[in-house]
Amino acid sequence: MEAFKTHQGIVAPLDRANIDTDAIIPKQFLKRIERSGYGEFLFYDWRYTSEEQENPEFLLNQEPYRNASVLLTRENFGCGSSREHAPWAIEDFGFRVIIAPSFADIFYNNCFKNGILPLQLPAEEVEGLFSKTAENPGYKLTINLEQQRIMDSQGYEREFEVDEYRREMLLKGLDEISATIQFETQIADFERTHKIYYSR
Amino acid sequence: MGKTLYEKIWDRHIVVEQEDQPDIIYIDLHLIHEVTSPQAFDGLRLANRQVRRPDRTLATMDHAIPTTDRSLPFEDKIAAKQVEALRKNCQDFGIELFDLFSTKQGIVHIIAPELGLTQPGQTIVCGDSHTATHGAFGTLAFGIGTSEVEHVLATQTLKQYKSKTMAVNFNGELPIGVTAKDLILALIGQYGHDFATGYVLEYRGEAIRNLTMEERMTVCNMSIEIGARAGLIAPDETTFKYLEGKEYAPKGEEWQEALEDWRELKSDKDAQFDRIVDFNCSVIEPQVTWGTNPGLVASVNAAVPGPEDVPEEKRRMVESALAYMDLAPGTAIKDIEINTVFIGSCTNGRIQDLREAAKVVNGYQVAEEVRALVVPGSQFVKQQAESEGLAKIFTDAGFEWREAGCSMCLGMNPDIAKPGDRVASTSNRNFEGRQGRDSKSHLVSPSMAAAAAIEGRFVDVRQWPIKIGEGV
Repeated sequence: MEAFKTHQGIVAPLDRANIDTDAIIPKQFLKRIERSGYGEFLFYDWRYTSEEQENPEFLLNQEPYRNASVLLTRENFGCGSSREHAPWAIEDFGFRVIIAPSFADIFYNNCFKNGILPLQLPAEEVEGLFSKTAENPGYKLTINLEQQRIMDSQGYEREFEVDEYRREMLLKGLDEISATIQFETQIADFERTHKIYYSR
Repeated sequence: MGKTLYEKIWDRHIVVEQEDQPDIIYIDLHLIHEVTSPQAFDGLRLANRQVRRPDRTLATMDHAIPTTDRSLPFEDKIAAKQVEALRKNCQDFGIELFDLFSTKQGIVHIIAPELGLTQPGQTIVCGDSHTATHGAFGTLAFGIGTSEVEHVLATQTLKQYKSKTMAVNFNGELPIGVTAKDLILALIGQYGHDFATGYVLEYRGEAIRNLTMEERMTVCNMSIEIGARAGLIAPDETTFKYLEGKEYAPKGEEWQEALEDWRELKSDKDAQFDRIVDFNCSVIEPQVTWGTNPGLVASVNAAVPGPEDVPEEKRRMVESALAYMDLAPGTAIKDIEINTVFIGSCTNGRIQDLREAAKVVNGYQVAEEVRALVVPGSQFVKQQAESEGLAKIFTDAGFEWREAGCSMCLGMNPDIAKPGDRVASTSNRNFEGRQGRDSKSHLVSPSMAAAAAIEGRFVDVRQWPIKIGEGV
């Protein structure tokens, strides 16, 4: 996994609450067995017409948002299924940060495993960022994970909170499995006394 | 201070507790399927790792497979490749697979309980958000992403933070003709579909105690639809009776030992929950969703609300839902015409669901212009329904009778609703495009879906004239 230390990018304001994983990546693309290449299918039903043409009305089909890397959106982002294809599509499109007032549980967790920072900010703060984005086409934000600060070039700056363990994971691009395997002795010891009643 | 059921199960599974880090918890049973596992196996191969406990891992195929004649090659070549990948992965890593022609094949959350693999006090994970279904047995069960699937394959553990706990007390009795599906939809409707984010729920109260295991699974299945990590119901005699004699359930002395152990699995009287919610069941009516998330739901005798009827912060959500659903505020639910009916899924694809639907269908015909599907949740359910004569009731009425799988719940296989179709569905999600691009989904119970198939619109199934003895 690519480490995440600091990131600067164009903010795409996707002004909609409750964006679910079916909207992020529809089911027909979950049949692929690869881990990459999902970016072109991101937000498929909104991004393309039923004739599979680009929908010019959709934000990510407009300049400068084709090159956006910070997604600004509303509450409960990522609700629905556990499909990791959702963060894979978001990352493959080029997003590294998602800012929202709240995230669905499984999606939030999946982001950290894929080098994406899901940044939860208070609703009024998110509202303010929507205004700034509307007033300044091509608005950029810098997100510094080491210092836990978010800022723009016009003097906006604030701290944000993120769980320390997950922050470390992103900063180091940590492989969680390697870390857990260090506890092999403890896992084996646990298994010796832990009772499981099904027999196969 | 006493412990909640959740805390008791959690404590039994802690392998490593560390300061400022999630705990490493042990996973008793890992269920895998074709859609969320191939990339995890690739990860294992890249790192030259093995599956740590193939004996605690079980695979089946359910999401992308056709539910029509399976002796034919798949029309969908990409799905065929995915299924082939699962076969190879199971073979290479020594994992038991209930393949397409196995009598034990079915939706992953239906087969584990019916085989007796799902047992009280366990931890169960699967790369699927409806894993909470198994919580009906007092089992801590939740959905995980593919990176975590790989973590469990490699280590049989997960790094997890403990969730907050919420007690949901269902007080009073569920009225006659009102089902477990209506109960959980009414709860989500009252509190909203992101209400329980970050929590593990424990469903309690008289109404829950009176439910069968099938019904309890329907309730727990939809825990994710209120945002929860998992949903639990403490095991009781109903649970033990269901499990006794099942293929993988313990037998003889071991059964007695297990029973003693399982009887401990309940929240202590003085246990502290982070939040408590009380919900009165006695006023619930059959529910029908009218919007684009499961929380946008109304009683069958109500009307579709308008943006003015909801608090300001919900107005945009309601406007956008009504626009997608092509419904005007004030439309009576009973005036909504449907042209597609789907009975099945991990929410309502069990034998009791099919019995309830068949009771309504018996002696009637599916309305003209309505396409109606019954997709049993497993091969075992299918067999049972055929031997009880339910399949014949459905096919005589004009329903299509299919092979087991997830089917139109998510439309990953060819069972897709067409643009503009309006579906009465016993599944769990009514998101935009969920069952097919530009299709509109209304979530209901199996008996409500059955009645809608006959009438071509929603009706209050409590007033349905049941024809006993005809058509069997």
